[in-house]
Amino acid sequence: MTHSMSVSLHKMHVKRRGKSILGPIDLELAPTGFTMVLGPNGAGKTTLLKVLHGIERVSSGSVQWSVSGAQAQQEQAYVFQSPIMLRRSVSQNLAYPLQISGISKAEITGRVETWLDRIGLSNMAERPATRLSGGERQKLALGRALIRDPQVLFLDEPCANLDGRSTREIEALLLNTLHTGTRIIMTTHDIGQARRLASDVVFLLNGELHEQGRATEFFDEPKTPEAKAFLNGDIVE
Amino acid sequence: MNDILSGIQAAFWLIVTLDADLIEITLRSLQVSLSALVIASVLALPFGTWLAVRRFRYRRATIATLNALMGLPPVVVGLIVYLLLSRSGPFGVLGLLFTPTAMIIAQVIIITPLIASIAHQAMRELWAEYHDLLISLNTTKRQRIMTLIWDGRRALLTAGLAGFGRAIGEVGAIMIVGGNIDHATRVLTTAIALETGKGDFELALGLGFVLIALALLVNFGIHSLSKTEREGRW
Repeated sequence: MTHSMSVSLHKMHVKRRGKSILGPIDLELAPTGFTMVLGPNGAGKTTLLKVLHGIERVSSGSVQWSVSGAQAQQEQAYVFQSPIMLRRSVSQNLAYPLQISGISKAEITGRVETWLDRIGLSNMAERPATRLSGGERQKLALGRALIRDPQVLFLDEPCANLDGRSTREIEALLLNTLHTGTRIIMTTHDIGQARRLASDVVFLLNGELHEQGRATEFFDEPKTPEAKAFLNGDIVE
Repeated sequence: MNDILSGIQAAFWLIVTLDADLIEITLRSLQVSLSALVIASVLALPFGTWLAVRRFRYRRATIATLNALMGLPPVVVGLIVYLLLSRSGPFGVLGLLFTPTAMIIAQVIIITPLIASIAHQAMRELWAEYHDLLISLNTTKRQRIMTLIWDGRRALLTAGLAGFGRAIGEVGAIMIVGGNIDHATRVLTTAIALETGKGDFELALGLGFVLIALALLVNFGIHSLSKTEREGRW
């Protein structure tokens, strides 16, 4: 990692058809760590991730990465809530991000092999990606996101609908990634998972930033009653 | 009924004896329609895909026009190409009228909107599926179009085959611009029209069956080459 990327949102507001979806939000995210975005459905978690990644239009306010916009997007990767599989083989899916950045064939082959091994799909390299199971798709999507060594990784509920074993495999991959210096920003509905992984937490409610802080503090002593209720598993509206 | 039976018989004998005229006519049919297909595909497939990916001001109008042009009457296309290529027309100096080239030009005009429109429909769905990923990966417009064309190649093949079907069975335009000249611009469809006019139903039917067989053969050939319906759904 040559440099790190921090980001600040200033009065960032996303509106669609006159309705406020998210914000206005002021938020600073440090260049390292594992940020968990929590909140009930429709709180704006996915929108926040997309805004940070630069693929959602902002109605007002600003999103400022510490590097230029083009460079920021180049060094980020995003894993969508329902993994998008290219209609190609597993290894071709992994190779795709490298191909479009014009990396030599020899290097692509090598990196694809490495990542097939890391995500545990070596034995299905030539299988059509559209025929994979949910867990395998999720792992492939994660591998495809990581193969370009991004500095920032966004994950939108990567473990939704996965069983324990797949979840554990993905969490192990994520912790590995974190230790190589990649910044991770992720949403989840699984409080246990949030406790296991997060270094800091952003808690959204009804499109507004409700609470932000270090994970240990947030989980042990949430400042607001809503956050407390959310952590207790109550239904927050 | 008798006519049809003797037609099948005639077709059979024409093929078995490798009738020289039949082979010449059939090869010319293939030459004209396949050339038109290749040219139209080169134009229409990227254009249809581009339409799916690109948002611009007159996009809806363009798509509506394209869909309307699918129903372009061949006879009118033939007439316009005729006027353009005739001695007194703007391209008269090229001397293309009543040549296979003129027939190819007419067919390209007829099938390009058809192929582009079907390609656009197919690519629009694929683009909806790929949109988020390709945007997130920061792909260029060109890369997006190439990715869609490659991953949607089977759908595009269908578009191409629809175009070929229209071209090989088309008679109105090529009759006008080709002139149905023996040993020069006579193809299966124009020959059938001629033989029917002369009352030689046997030969006309025979040619008709050859035409149908040819269309089937090309379709099967392309499908087996591209392995459609074999490796799953894509």
